[in-house]
Amino acid sequence: MSGEIAEAFARAKARGEGALVAYAMAGDPDLARSVDVFAACVEGGADILEIGVAFSDPIADGPVIQAASERALKAGATLRRVLDEVVPAVRERCPQTPLVVMTYVNVVMALGEERYAKLARERGVAGTILPDLPPEESASIRAAFDKEGLALIPLCAPTTSPARAETIAKDARGFVYCVSVAGVTGMRSELPANLSERLELVRRFSPVPVVAGFGISTAEQAGVVGAHADGVVVGSAIVRAAQADGPAAARQVCAELKRGLKR
Amino acid sequence: MDTETAPGRFGRYGGRYVPETLVPAHLELEQAYAEARKDPAFDEQVSQVLREYVGRETPLTPARRLTELWGGAEVWLKREDLAHTGAHKINNTIGQVLLARRMGKKRIIAETGAGQHGVATATACALFGMPCEVFMGAVDVERQSLNVFRMKALGAKVTPVESGSRTLKDAMNEAMRTWVAQVEDTYYVIGSAAGPHPYPTIVRDFQSVIGREVRTQSLVAFGKLPDAIIACIGGGSNAIGILHPFIHDKDVRLVGVEAGGHGLSSGQHGASLTLGTEGVLHGSRSLVLQDENGQIIEAHSISAGLDYPGVGPELAHLAKTGRLEVRTATDDEALAAFYRVSRTEGILPALESSHAFARAEDLARELGKGKHLVINCSGRGDKDVATIAARGIPAAIGQEGA
Ligand SMILES: Cc1ncc(COP(=O)(O)O)c(C=O)c1O
Repeated sequence: MSGEIAEAFARAKARGEGALVAYAMAGDPDLARSVDVFAACVEGGADILEIGVAFSDPIADGPVIQAASERALKAGATLRRVLDEVVPAVRERCPQTPLVVMTYVNVVMALGEERYAKLARERGVAGTILPDLPPEESASIRAAFDKEGLALIPLCAPTTSPARAETIAKDARGFVYCVSVAGVTGMRSELPANLSERLELVRRFSPVPVVAGFGISTAEQAGVVGAHADGVVVGSAIVRAAQADGPAAARQVCAELKRGLKR
Repeated sequence: MDTETAPGRFGRYGGRYVPETLVPAHLELEQAYAEARKDPAFDEQVSQVLREYVGRETPLTPARRLTELWGGAEVWLKREDLAHTGAHKINNTIGQVLLARRMGKKRIIAETGAGQHGVATATACALFGMPCEVFMGAVDVERQSLNVFRMKALGAKVTPVESGSRTLKDAMNEAMRTWVAQVEDTYYVIGSAAGPHPYPTIVRDFQSVIGREVRTQSLVAFGKLPDAIIACIGGGSNAIGILHPFIHDKDVRLVGVEAGGHGLSSGQHGASLTLGTEGVLHGSRSLVLQDENGQIIEAHSISAGLDYPGVGPELAHLAKTGRLEVRTATDDEALAAFYRVSRTEGILPALESSHAFARAEDLARELGKGKHLVINCSGRGDKDVATIAARGIPAAIGQEGA
């Protein structure tokens, strides 16, 4: 239920904070240890968890997440196993935190869109992000998700025209994911100057919260962006920290980002 | 039979599955291409370059000794190996680079497997003075070193891709990722009739010059349309290019040959039409080699140009509806065909084209005398001689061909 997602944003807001959506790759370095990483993110203050399900050909991802996908695939992290093993385990350790799956459309199609929607909801997934599924191609998946109450979370890009951004925002479920830079996932030292205006535009039309992601890795960046959004998504910085120094490092990155998100 | 059911859809296949960042670029490309097609000056510009620079039209050559040897249909070769840079790939890159210029783009990126598309893109960029970067799997960089040199000599930057299987599919991922980051001023020249809409349509249109020429040439050469046409299929650009103008000619059999690699049961092949399942790869819905979890399986072929786990959506549709007959040839069969054609006709075909030749032998016999078979000789084999020589020249073939 996307109600869960709305509540998580509301809780963060009530505390005077922007929400932190923390991304990590299920199955990196293996299924069990990735559960520890997700739990550590929540200990560090993450409000929503984004569970990456690896795809062999991740065209929207930069080098850090791409390498994580390769490790996860080697560890056997199929969508089915993530739903059966990782999601319930994370759910148990972090019962308050909404879970969102991020993967590619082929992975969902292979399981079957209706079957996926049903299984995901049964296991406790609240929403799904498919970065290679633009609105023009999303009708049938969206219908399958709506039927189960699973939110299809749309993306909006810096290249998206205002008119298109309006359509995307109006139809959104869960939250709108505004890609902050024209590029793949990954950390960046600078974010585009017009990002705040874009976020405000999308927020005007969106019935659901709006977050910014791609390129954000520091508390300072989270603070700047978070001032114009309901939250931020951070992936590569967490994935890299977890890979180098384990769950504790992921917790620390999240705690640091949360500091930046205090209003 | 009209293949396009909706813009960019070929039956169930096609579409545009790309990150939102790239959607506006695809919409822009779709519109720019639609306008270019309506402009006779653009068409004339492309035709002129193809004539004056590429060397079109390419001949339709009677293969008299193969005809005699195979003892069946009269065999004719469409000589894309004689196009500038040695393969059909140049037809598409000239068209797309001219389109990029028309759109005011400042730089060109491309992906390449065998290197033929990379060379063809680098060539068009040199001709029109545009900076060019070509992504190529690290494995392919190694096995196609001649083409890597050619691209560099032509002034292109060649970027080896180390991710995944380090072959064509990964080069395509990397080109898309790069495009996402530089979409404002960069044009991505896709090399086969695959990828997100409108690429399968654009590439098919530019390559259809092959089939249009075959139509007029066969009427002159033997007074009717061919009874069958056969082409190899990697992503499918040479196949759709020669076959598309004949889709409505019910009496013309259309045959495609996929890479059988070490054999279909070995799991090491590039036969996505034969053994693939419906999926989304590189922005389009088509038939792909994948496991039950939707992970793409690495393809295998002795020829880098057929080593691709997907296939263009229009060919998938033609195959599913039965208009296209799909066959496969193994690495060994392609090698044998390479020597056979070299020694009977004095033409070294590309290893990709050798797959078409391998099945053409059966087809010529099936068709029988009095029928006419056209084989798309999609490229020349010079780029492959190191790969082939490394296996040693089989003595037996040395005897027979003499
Ligand atoms: C000579 C030649 N033929 C065929 C192919 C296969 O590609 P397509 O199926 O797009 O024609 C290639 C690809 O590199 C090639 O170089």
